[in-house]
Parts: sequence; structure tokens; C-alpha cells
Amino acid sequence: MPQVVPAESAALPRSSESEVIALVQAGDHLAFAQLYSLHKRRIYSLCLRMVGNVAEAEDLTQESFLLLHRKISTFRGDSAFSTWLHRLAINVVLMHLRKKGLPLISMDEAMEPAPEGNPGRGFGASDPALSGSIDRMALERAVTDLPAGYRLVFVLHDVEGYEHHEIATMLNCSLGNSKSQLHKARLKLRDALRTYPRQEARP
Amino acid sequence: MTQEPNSLSCQEFQAQLPELIGSSENLAMNPHIQHCARCSSLLSDLKTIAEAARELLPIMEPPETVWKHIESVIRDEQGSRESEGRQE
Repeated sequence: MPQVVPAESAALPRSSESEVIALVQAGDHLAFAQLYSLHKRRIYSLCLRMVGNVAEAEDLTQESFLLLHRKISTFRGDSAFSTWLHRLAINVVLMHLRKKGLPLISMDEAMEPAPEGNPGRGFGASDPALSGSIDRMALERAVTDLPAGYRLVFVLHDVEGYEHHEIATMLNCSLGNSKSQLHKARLKLRDALRTYPRQEARP
Repeated sequence: MTQEPNSLSCQEFQAQLPELIGSSENLAMNPHIQHCARCSSLLSDLKTIAEAARELLPIMEPPETVWKHIESVIRDEQGSRESEGRQE
């Protein structure tokens, strides 16, 4: 098999993507390189945000595309290809986390009132609100720093757009659990986003 | 905390937030929110965070080594399938 350099990704019209998929299903390696190029950023970004670790995200991206290569013959087009591939990659990540013995749901932390004047989380937080816009890099960093379970639910719900009932099925938890983890993730992010500028200002 | 008589405390209101957010209830009309600047600000922040998350784009690029490894594994798998085929 000759080495193939995937072309730079560019969105394909839906019909063209179907043609590329059909070629991959027929064993065309060039077409697989094209499919990789089209979806590599989305899958890598998804893995990286879910696990918060570059080396693991690279491994999981590899595993996801290798699994895609093995399973693409089972894709029948009942859902959009990107949706199908996304679920496949999420399953790869979740399986990896389960193998590592990590809980997919974080222990709920008690919501204690913050001491007076403390900008921390909790009922007493009365410090300045976030401004209307949030710096993307600061948000990415804050998401990476979330406890694993909060991060998973936040990424799946707020970034990827899955519903709570879908997340509850994926993580094998209750609907209420999914909602509670998401809420606590957002509270932690709120605290972190108000703290980051002060941290960065330090020498 | 600015609290109207007979309304929920901040603690009670915030305990209900995970369920209230995303429900069909218009939280801007919630009696507690209408009278509590702090919870109103909290709600606004949480909304801002959720909106910012939706705008996070999948822009991270995997390194070249990821594709090279994928290709190498596929090549190995095809090689072993072909040699198995020849043995049969």
C-alpha cells in the first residue's frame, strides 16, 4: 500500500461525501485518507476535550479512525455520517476511560456558601458577573481543568449538543445525575473564568 | 441577597437550578430571579458559559504521526490478511 498524505480538509457536499464513503467501503485507501482529512479535527478536538490530555487524545483519535476503517462497511446512511462517526469516537473514549477504571461521573461536591468576600463558588458568590463574551482559550483551559465527570457531561451537552437522556444512556447514569453534573461543571467554569485573569496577571 | 417575603431563598432556588435550567420554564419570569440580583447574575453567567461552549470550534489539529500510525496499522492488518489468504 503506498503511503498517502491526506489532502487538507475542506467540507464536501453531502453527495460527494457519500461517494467518498462508498469508495472507502469498496477498499479505496485514498478515499479513506480523504475521509480522515475531513473529520480529523472534529474527532481529535472531541477526544482532547473529553480526556483533557494530548497524548491520550492522539491515541484515541487513532483508535477511532482504525475502528472506523474496520466498521465502515456497516454504515448504511441511516444517520448523517458525521453523527455516526462522532458516536463511534465517543464510545471509544468512554471504553478507554472505563478500562482505566475512572468513574465517568464525578462525586458531587457539596455546595457550601462561600465565605464573605470570597469569590469562590456557592450561594454567596456576589462578585462581578462574567462579561458578555468569554475568551475561547480561557474557556478551553477551564474545561481541561474540570473534574473528569463534569468535563464529560459539559463537553457532551454544551459543546457537542447531546441531550441529557442521550448522555444518561452513554454514561449509564440517571437523567438527574446528568443535569446535576452539567450544572456543577458550569458553576466550576464560572469560578475558574473569574479567577484566570487574576492568575495570569501574576509575575 | 434581596429576598421578597414568601419567595425561595437563594439556597433553595439554586438547589432547583439543575432541573429548572433547560426546562420549558422562562426563568426570567421566576419570582426569585425577578427580586434577586445575585441569582439573576449567576443565571446570566451560566447562560453565557453555555453559549460560549456552543461556539467552541473543532479546530485542534492532530499531529502528522496520528495518520502515519493509522496507515501503518492498516497496512499491517492488510498484510496479515493477505498472508492468511495465501496459506489457505
